[in-house]
Amino acid sequence: MVEKKEYKEWPPYAPGTYVRESDIRDKKITYTWWEPEVQYSWSLGPAMSKFIQGLKAGKIYGIHCKRCKRVIVPPRMFCEYCYGPTEEWIELKDTGTIETFSISYLDPDARRIEEPILVGVVSIGGASPKHGFMHYFGEMTKDEIKIGMKVKAVWKPENEREGSITDIKYFKPLKGGGE
Amino acid sequence: MKEVAVIGAGMTLFRRHLLETGKELSFLATKMAMEDAGIEKDDIDMVVMGSAPDAFDGIHMKGENLLDGAAAVGKPYVRVFNGGGTGVFAPIAGWWHVASGVADVCLVVCEEKMGNCYPHPQTAFRHIWDPILDRPLTPNLVWLFAMEMNRYMTVHGIKKEDIALVSVKNKRNAVGHPCAQLADPNITVEDVLNSEIMAWPVNRLDISPPSDGAAALIFCNKDFVHRFTDDPIYVAGTGWSIDSTMWTNRDLYFPRYVAQAAKMAYKMAGIQNPPKEIDFAEPYDPFSYKELHHLEGLLLCKKGEAPILTREGVTQRDGDLPVCPSGGLLGVGNPIAATMGQKICELYWQLAGKAGKRQIPGDPRTGIGQAWGDIMQMGTVMILRRG
Repeated sequence: MVEKKEYKEWPPYAPGTYVRESDIRDKKITYTWWEPEVQYSWSLGPAMSKFIQGLKAGKIYGIHCKRCKRVIVPPRMFCEYCYGPTEEWIELKDTGTIETFSISYLDPDARRIEEPILVGVVSIGGASPKHGFMHYFGEMTKDEIKIGMKVKAVWKPENEREGSITDIKYFKPLKGGGE
Repeated sequence: MKEVAVIGAGMTLFRRHLLETGKELSFLATKMAMEDAGIEKDDIDMVVMGSAPDAFDGIHMKGENLLDGAAAVGKPYVRVFNGGGTGVFAPIAGWWHVASGVADVCLVVCEEKMGNCYPHPQTAFRHIWDPILDRPLTPNLVWLFAMEMNRYMTVHGIKKEDIALVSVKNKRNAVGHPCAQLADPNITVEDVLNSEIMAWPVNRLDISPPSDGAAALIFCNKDFVHRFTDDPIYVAGTGWSIDSTMWTNRDLYFPRYVAQAAKMAYKMAGIQNPPKEIDFAEPYDPFSYKELHHLEGLLLCKKGEAPILTREGVTQRDGDLPVCPSGGLLGVGNPIAATMGQKICELYWQLAGKAGKRQIPGDPRTGIGQAWGDIMQMGTVMILRRG
């Protein structure tokens, strides 16, 4: 043990040295640099493989948890709540509801973009309430988009689909009823 | 279970870039906490390191890289992390080292260097998304918060003006904090509303900045606390809980995992009526709406009521329930794990009457701190109380 330092206010000082972006750019500080080079490949597992293959065929598949009486999308091979296995694949609609959204002026590296991206969560018709996934919205303006709006998937042409969530281009407003 | 006291705390300057390495920042924060407690490295039994995604520092398994700076050489040492939840989870881990009786004195160090990552720390967040469902859509993390904020606003009919008040309050509160990165005594609601739209409904001044920084905290078994202080501050309760990774299958308007964590902490602390028994709060505020969302998750008000309390001044430093008297992440900065400095060190400084210009009037006895992390999943809660 050593003697305690008594100060009236804490923190009593703020240790550390501020570096401006220009100090780095102008090499006023000593630094080193590294760019990682690495690639990954993921196998999708039984549940997501079926889902993604479904998208390639223009279909959205959900799966049933009979114990929770839940139709789940995106599907998984087990239910995370009751922890039982899921069973019975169900073909869902390609329509849904906007649960929430954002109008983004940021790209993935936080760079600014002029034309905003409309993105959000869409719950899928035929699945349990609030069950859906993230996707883009299109054929609507930033002033038209709203929570609760009914939407329909716009698919890539069959020969352009590659087995990806982006085989759906975006969701557009569903006109003339439906779910 | 042993009773656990806090005997020292420290933190560094928070800035977009700091010259010192992660190890050196850990050393500076730890030295300050040791000065407070009046102890040296040999007095510490065990060390917990809290640091969030490796990708910011750019050093994989960075716990091993940081340990020399955390006074951990030759001692039992562990790194814990759950994204943004780490700033409160690391002290929870420090607490259980002592509560279990395994350690008498445990040091907790939290470190983050976000300034290392180019072109922007946001780039590192590209690696946290689900590779099958989310990454092909090239998401930006701000999208998530924007979606959650929109859901919260829409369900309760909340105006952006009321949410902007949180940024104004916290950036003004930070004026009394020597480490603060974005303190602003003159900021107004109009400034927030007129700042650049990043991802609607989130404007630039609704977001805390990326930062470098470190914080440290020292816990001690109650049986030995008389050696260090006559006026101890105790850990009254802790709680933590996590929700499903499938965030697009949940209604984001309410953080039920925070409520689960809070209930666990209140039960441990014997608190039955949180709004009456909690004197002040440090909920996690990386975005302005998160303070409100978390006040509701902490059951300190009804769902949808937090913006009303804010508008009425209840959450000001001199209000009935001061919230983020430190200046929070919005005012002091957001070096993810090192926000332990605002969320838990601040509780200790306030309860010990050592917060100086930031001191809450009225002799507070019980404070709650909370953090939140992973993909809108993790709630971590700690309650401190004057002995």
